[in-house]
Amino acid sequence: MAQAQQQQRKIAAPPVNPETQHFWDAAAQGKLLYKKCAACGEPHFYPRPHCPFCFSDKVEWQEASGRGTIYTYSVMRRAPVPYAIAYVALAEGPTMMTNIVDCDLDSIKIGQPVKLVFKPSDGGPPVPMFTPA
Amino acid sequence: MSIKGKAYIVGIYEHPTRLATDRTVMQLHADVAAGALADAGLTKNDIDGYFCAAGDMAGLGQLSMVDYLGLKTRHIDSTDVGGSSYLLHVGHVAEAIAAGKCSIALITLAGRPRAEGMATGTQPRAPERPMPESGFELPYAPATANMYAMAAMRHMHEFGTTSEQLAWVKVAASHHAQHNPHAMLKDVVTVEDVVGSPMIADPLHRLDCCVISDGGGAIIMTTPEIAKSLKRPRVKVIGAGEAPKHQMGGKVDLTYSGGRWSGPLAFAEGGVKPSDIKYASIYDSFTITVLMQLEDLGFCEKGQGGRFVSDGNLISGVGKLPFNTDGGGLCNNHPSNRGGLTKVLEAVRQLRGEAHPAVQVKNCDLALAHGTGGSLGTRHAGATVIMERE
Repeated sequence: MAQAQQQQRKIAAPPVNPETQHFWDAAAQGKLLYKKCAACGEPHFYPRPHCPFCFSDKVEWQEASGRGTIYTYSVMRRAPVPYAIAYVALAEGPTMMTNIVDCDLDSIKIGQPVKLVFKPSDGGPPVPMFTPA
Repeated sequence: MSIKGKAYIVGIYEHPTRLATDRTVMQLHADVAAGALADAGLTKNDIDGYFCAAGDMAGLGQLSMVDYLGLKTRHIDSTDVGGSSYLLHVGHVAEAIAAGKCSIALITLAGRPRAEGMATGTQPRAPERPMPESGFELPYAPATANMYAMAAMRHMHEFGTTSEQLAWVKVAASHHAQHNPHAMLKDVVTVEDVVGSPMIADPLHRLDCCVISDGGGAIIMTTPEIAKSLKRPRVKVIGAGEAPKHQMGGKVDLTYSGGRWSGPLAFAEGGVKPSDIKYASIYDSFTITVLMQLEDLGFCEKGQGGRFVSDGNLISGVGKLPFNTDGGGLCNNHPSNRGGLTKVLEAVRQLRGEAHPAVQVKNCDLALAHGTGGSLGTRHAGATVIMERE
């Protein structure tokens, strides 16, 4: 079944660097972070040290609620273990790439509400993914 | 300053191979360079500008290629944005010629992903060194097919586009490919064939995807004066536009491509509009790529691409906008996983009147070539070139 299969896919470890260390440390504690600019007020993802909108370096880490909706997705069928890649629009605004897991892959829909889960990566920190809410 | 009329395409060549088991990548570069020089009636030592995308050779590959080919140049450019690189190169050559930086420029593309057994579309590819986004994407296994598929899925959701409409793009390409003896897939297919082929990444089927092929191609461009001295029909570049598009800090919108910006730049420079175009080469990595780019270039309204491509509207002699009359990437050739250069080649054949008679557009005096390099689902560069027969 799809749920069991998903957990067998080996998840590549994210490369971690000084810009993103804090993000992955938080992930290890089950928290999803994004950044918000104190100068222009815009949230952004993936997190950067300079705001991609106004280029201020007054960007602050924020914790996401973990709620979002599926903007789009695709189930990769031609893979040893089929998996669903997606963009999820976080309740806080930014949209992020992710996987939709722990569900029937054929039941996924655009607009579907989802909630945050973390999955172990292959030798790296846990990775934020989403499952139907 | 405009590039309008400042540079001419005088030599083209497409490698006939689609499986280069016994040739190296550099040999393919040399083969296509020789072919384009012969087509132009020029020799290697005439070249004083060389354009070779960084990704076509490892390391400082362009320098190695200048050495290998034995070139003496005063202008080089290794701009690489993936498959649309060669469309940018045409614009950059025109700029360099207009500025007097070179007078006869060579552009080459070569690669052999098929011989190397590369699963181009379905295998996630990690870059040699981490990119800024790597940590936030690689764990999710983005391949090529599922990235374009996400754009298709959203297009279907917002505009009601169907798999059958997407299939028409492939059907049209296959009608053209039957006349191309070098095409990798020569069989005419139907909408039913496409939607009945195995699902690769929902909603894209196998026949929504381009071929994986080896080979390459080359282009020679020059000044108006030298072009007039040569014996080939003259194809003038009158407009070019380039525009990267990305995730916009998380304001992701997959319903349009960089063509929304590169197209108007090229049309404005050329002083023409979409309805003036007699033939269009449109990058067809996947069927959705064509549909979305046609909308973004203004051949139809946003969201109406599905209707526009249906019922043979892209088939030469049948529809209103003949496209990819060589069979395109979907049927003919997608050398080195990069389809931008062959888009220019077929547009030039059409303008010269040298396309296959079965697909040659009558009185073809204005053509467009457009591509999307990188990924429609993440970040890419749209590039548009408009060419006129003189």
